Parts: sequence; structure tokens; C-alpha cells
Amino acid sequence: MEILNLLGTIVKMGAVLAVMLGLIHMLGRKAVWRKALGIALAFGVVQLAITLHFGDFQLFGDFDQGLLFQAVTMAMVALGLNLIYGFNGQFSLAQWGFYGIGAYCAADITFRWTNGDPRGLLVVGLGTILAGLAILGVRRAVGRIRGIPVLSAFTLYLLATVAAAAAAVVLGGLLAPSLAPLLGTASAPGLLNGALPRQAVFFLSVVFAGVFAAEVSFLFGLPVLTLGSDYFGIATLGFAMVVKTLMVNSDTILPFPEMKGGRGMIGIPHFTTWAWAFFFLLASIVIMRNLVHSSTGRAVLSVREDETAARVMGINVADSKLLAFVVGSFMAGLGGGVYAHYIGFLSPGTFDFIAGFNPLIIVVFGGLGSMTGTVVASFGWIFFLEGFLRVLLGQLGTDAPTWRFVLYPITLLLLMLLKPEGLFGTKELGFLKAPRIVRRAAAEAAAPAGRKEE
Amino acid sequence: MHAVNRPSGAVKLPSSGNRARLAWIGRAFLALLAASAAYLIASKAWNEPILLVQNVIDGLKLGFVYALIALGYTMVYGIVKLINFAHGDVFMVGAFTSYFAVTKFNLHKWPQALFPGVPAGPSVVIGSATVILLSMLLCAALAVVIERVAYKPLREAPRIAALITAIGVSFFLEYFGNLQFVYTPRFIPYKSPFDTVGWYIQGGIRRMVPGQESPANAITFSNIFLIIMAASVLVLVVLQLIVRRTKIGVAMRAVSFDKPTARLMGIDADRVITFTFAIGAAFAGLGGVLYAIAYSSINTLLGIMPGLKAFVAAVLGGIGSIPGAFVGALIMGQAEALTMSYISTPMRDAVAFTILIIVLLVRPTGIFGEPDKEKA
Repeated sequence: MEILNLLGTIVKMGAVLAVMLGLIHMLGRKAVWRKALGIALAFGVVQLAITLHFGDFQLFGDFDQGLLFQAVTMAMVALGLNLIYGFNGQFSLAQWGFYGIGAYCAADITFRWTNGDPRGLLVVGLGTILAGLAILGVRRAVGRIRGIPVLSAFTLYLLATVAAAAAAVVLGGLLAPSLAPLLGTASAPGLLNGALPRQAVFFLSVVFAGVFAAEVSFLFGLPVLTLGSDYFGIATLGFAMVVKTLMVNSDTILPFPEMKGGRGMIGIPHFTTWAWAFFFLLASIVIMRNLVHSSTGRAVLSVREDETAARVMGINVADSKLLAFVVGSFMAGLGGGVYAHYIGFLSPGTFDFIAGFNPLIIVVFGGLGSMTGTVVASFGWIFFLEGFLRVLLGQLGTDAPTWRFVLYPITLLLLMLLKPEGLFGTKELGFLKAPRIVRRAAAEAAAPAGRKEE
Repeated sequence: MHAVNRPSGAVKLPSSGNRARLAWIGRAFLALLAASAAYLIASKAWNEPILLVQNVIDGLKLGFVYALIALGYTMVYGIVKLINFAHGDVFMVGAFTSYFAVTKFNLHKWPQALFPGVPAGPSVVIGSATVILLSMLLCAALAVVIERVAYKPLREAPRIAALITAIGVSFFLEYFGNLQFVYTPRFIPYKSPFDTVGWYIQGGIRRMVPGQESPANAITFSNIFLIIMAASVLVLVVLQLIVRRTKIGVAMRAVSFDKPTARLMGIDADRVITFTFAIGAAFAGLGGVLYAIAYSSINTLLGIMPGLKAFVAAVLGGIGSIPGAFVGALIMGQAEALTMSYISTPMRDAVAFTILIIVLLVRPTGIFGEPDKEKA
């Protein structure tokens, strides 16, 4: 019976993969109605599978839905990592840390809101907006000064952000009492805790979580991205570890008793529906595709190929690296927000950096510099490892979680040794291909030299 | 010069000319950080000077262990430009080898078992030395296998591929050990091959009675601290002798300086690299045994943090420089011990990585590292 279930799961997951590929294909068609049809079909088919009940039998049970949402968040995180590592060549192990930051940030906002405390949304919202403005302001000022040492620039950014955050805390504290009566309490929800405002707050919380992760990544990446490839890798590994340490001590070192430190944060509202997950995934794919095929995206790509040559061509290498890192982390933050509201429980163990190898393996497996590959590999990886292998190993009665951690590095090793270019290489499908007009123009301008092999 | 693959950012020179412009902001920030750390330490030390001395001793103990690991890091990086991530796990394997040798096979008692007439003192020394030597040998063998299987095929690949592979090997060692039939993921008490003897200083050095609390306000230390100190100084001297005075040492320096030319001169570069891995791993194994004896509980993940901190120490001292790694490790040990005592225990890792980032930004070549001559 278990085996039958398993086979059913495989078929369903294959179907979801086909739906995703169909979506990418339909989005690539020119006519707008075809694109809309593709979106509606992809969304509708999965939604139907989730809602349809045949008596006791549900087409997409809890287990399958869990896999689906995990795959969606993983696809977002991995897309971000592919931008950083695949397209820009910066080997980052911090992605999982930003994912965790996003998850905790979004969870804290909605958790407080549903319990009648508007401070989470106000402080984080104001903080991200003010800090963003502060960063942009400092950037304008710093941009005029040529040759400013990176440490000095970092100090200025840090001062500005800390000031913005302090202002946000003060302002949020002042505004909160006037909003609090409208929220009511957990037992008696007020006006602003109805179904619709809650959805809006959820949306805002995920977006703010993404922006928050992006701002942290900006401050962290500014000095660290100048370090050079493998030092950067170690520094990002350290970042992921420090983030986890802070999560474990979130109620002692950090002033967030509701996160409950190492015991894990419970009671996060389950706001993530397939509609939201689909929306955020679609947004990530569109953002990625439009960025990568823009002139900025080509600058990002050129930095991977050859930094010196890119600099000679007039590309601001430091800015390109920072852009890729910040946008990639933004997606990790979004993914974290979606994940937190699906799972409803956050524990620092989830964000252990060993689990951070998931997106890395996905990106390498799908192909460095292939968005299609990343999406396919994300779904495939989650279905295979979390679904198939977990059930199978569970059947065999071994200590499955540990075995998975033994299999990760072996997979990674074999990949690096046998197929370093991954499943898709740098190929793209449908929507994710470079737009044709741009390609023809580029072909005329570019030298006939082939792309350097990675 | 031929293309030595260096991280281009790490050796980025600020554009000359307006270099000093506004650099004071960054310097002021760093000075503020340093000043607040110094103030914190000074104010606490003023109240409890004994505690400060105790912290320094604990930091030295930690630092000397880090030094044993950092030597391997710095040598391997100097020669193949690879952050040998699995080095920390080789350290862990060293600890485990001695654990099994002592608990399962009673290897530390072999002199008394074979020759019952041997007095207890020499017997313990010879037995413990055997355990340590066995660990060192096994670690060296493991490192050679790792190098052959995982790193050698990637020698011409991009450096990041090798780094990812190294991380993969590291996780494989950790989690393979965690499997039920290999070992359990729990911490277990470590059985030392010899007895710990502690002393405390309170009006002269006095021996501590086992099982009795040390008196308050007294500086305590143990024979393990002395052994660790002696062992790492000895290793440093031996290593310097090998690198400076022997044929293989000359070959190592040649390969590290310029591999293709060294090959043309008839040096078997692969053999030299293997030797470097082996000798670094042997010292890591020694460190593992001493660490396990000193901190008396082990698990398969124990190598991660010491390994990373030893790497930070190697960078701090100037990667590729053997005395640099030693000094860097001592600094890291102090930083960690003081952080644990004066700030908070969980923040020790954060401090280590902050030091790494600051060092790389301010002086990418480290304390002892020479500025890159060949890089334009």
C-alpha cells in the first residue's frame, strides 16, 4: 500500500513538473492571451488537484501539498542562489541564512499581528523603508567620491541603517497604540484582523521579509564581496553560522521572546495558499528572467566570465556583484516568508547550514546559469529526496535523516567530478530564453568567440 | 608570470593617488571597535585580575590546539591554493581513533600487558605515545586517500569546484560518522589514556586533589595544558626544520612558489602535494587527540568549528606562512576565550568570523604574509 502511495506521489510530482514546464513554455509565447492562459491553466490545474475530493480520497493529500510548497520555496531560494553563484560566479553559502532571516522576519510580523500587536509590521515596515532610503541616500553621496575605501563606505552605510532602524523603532512604538485597538486580541479579533486585512498583512510581511533580507545582504555583501572567491565562500559560511546562532539565542541575545530560541517558534498563522505560493514563484521567475536578459544582467554575467575584461569594458564590477547578491538574497527572503506561513513552525534546526547545501546542489545540478534547470531541479530534488527517498528509507527502517546528509555530499562530489555543467548547462526553455530581438542585436555586435567554459 | 589563480579581490590594491581619501572613516570605525573591546577587557580585568589570567591560560590552551590544525591549513593552502575544508574533520577522526584505541582495544596499556615488570610511569608515557602516533598515522592515511580521490582529479578545474568538493568531503566525514552503525550523533565522554593532574596557584603551585573543588580565586592549570603547549611548540620546530632543512622541504617550497617550473626542475609535484597533505593531517590528528583529552567529550561534528577557526587563524597570520599560522592561532584562542568569558558564549563564532572579515579587508596578506610581488 505504501509502495502504491509512493508510485502515486511520483506520478503526481511528474505532473506538477510538467505543469511548471508548460507554464514556462506558455509564458514564452508572444500573444498576451496565451501567457494569461498559461498562468491560469498552471494555477488552475494544481488548485483543482488540491481542492478536489472524491469522498475520502484527496488527489493532493497533505504529504503531496507539503512537497509542493517546499518545492516552490526551494525554487525561489535556488533561483536567487543561481543569480549569485550561477550567473555572477560568487560562491555563496549565506543563502540559507537569508532564507532563515526572511522566514523569521515574516513570521514575526504576522504572528504579532494576529495576536493584536501591530508593532511587528510597523517597525519592520518602517525600518525596511527608512533603511532602504538611507542606503540609497548614502549611495548617492558616496557615488560622487571616487576611490573611497570599502570599509569607510561600509561604515557610512552602517551608520545610516542603524539610524534608520532606531527611528523605525521609535516611530513604530509611537504609532502602535493607536492601531492596537483596531486589531483586537487573539480571542476577539478586531476590525483589522478580518480575513482580507490579514491577507494584505501576509503579503506585506513576505515582501518586507524579502526587502529586509536584501538590506542585510547589502550591508554584509558590501565589504565581503571584495574578498575574492574562496574567502567570500568562507565568510558567507560564517554568516550562515552566526545567523543560526542568533536564531538559537533569539530569546536571550536578541529581544524576541516570541521566537522562543532553540525550542522553535510556534503559532505562525498558515497563510500560504497555493495562490500565494504560485504568485510569489511567478514573480520570482519573472524578476529573474527580466533581470538576467537586461543589460544589467549581461553585466552581471560578464563579471562571472572574466572580471578584468568586464572592468575594461566599463562595467562596475563591485556594483554588479552587489546587485546580484542583493537580488538573490531578496528572493531567499521571499521564499522564507512563504515557507514560514506554510509550515507554521520555525526551528533553528531547519536553517542549519548543512541544509543550506540543498539549494547549492540544486543550482549545480540544474546547471549554473540556467533558470529552467534550477526550477526543474528544485521540484525534482524535493520530490526525490524529501518525498521518495524519505519514505523509502523510512520503510527500510534506517536513520533516514542522517542517511540523507550522507547522500548530499556524495551527490555533490559526484556532480563536481562527473558533470560539472549540470543538467541543463546554460540552456533555457520557453519564457526563460533570451528574447529573440536582443539576441540578434547582440549577435551582430558581439565577437564570434564562444563563451568560456566554466 | 604564469597565471597563478589568486582570488583577484583578495589582492586588490586600492587605486593609488586618492587612496587615503576618506579612509579615516573606516579606520575610525575599526579603532572604535578595538577601543570598545579593549575597554571591555580592561574594565573586567580591573575587577577580577585572577579571572583574566585564567582566561588567558584557557585561551592559550585553545590557541595551541588551533595552531596544530592551522599548520596543516596553511601548508596545504600555500601549496595547492585550496581551502582544505575536510581538515577539521581529519582532526575529528584523530580524536575518534584515539577514543576507540583506548576504550575498545586498551592500546594505552600495551607495555604493561606485554611486559608486566614495566613501572607505571614509563608505561603510561609509552602507551599514550602509541595511541597518539596511531591517530597521527591514520589521519595521514585518510588525508592521502581524500587527496587522491577527491582533490587530484580537480587539480586543473576552477578553484571553486575544488572548494565545493572539499566541503562535500567534510560533510561526508561528519555525517557518515553519525550513522547508527558507524557511530551515534550523540556526545560521548572521552576516556583519556592518562590521568589528568591539575595544579592551582595560591601562594605557590599546589597539586589539586582529584574530585575536590579548586579553591576560589586561584589560577588553575593541568598537565594537559602543558602537554598541548609542548606538543605544538615541538611541532612548529619540527615543521620549520622539515621545510627549511630537508630535501622534501625545499621541494615543498618550490612547488608552492611555482608549480610548473618546479615540475620542470624534476620535482614530482604530486608526491610533494601528497606529502604536504599527509604531514598536515598528522598534526591535525595529534591536535584531535589532545583536544579530546582536554575537553573530554567528543562527537562527529566536533571538527567543524575548530577547523574553521584554525583557518581564520591561518589567514590572520598570513596564509602560507608557518610561524604566521602559529601566532594567528594564539590570537584566535585569546579572542575566543575572552569573548566567552566577557561577552557571551554563543558569540564566540561571530567574533571569529568578524576577525576574518576585518583582517581580509585591512591586510589581506595577514600579519606575516608578504605582499604579493608578482601580481600586477
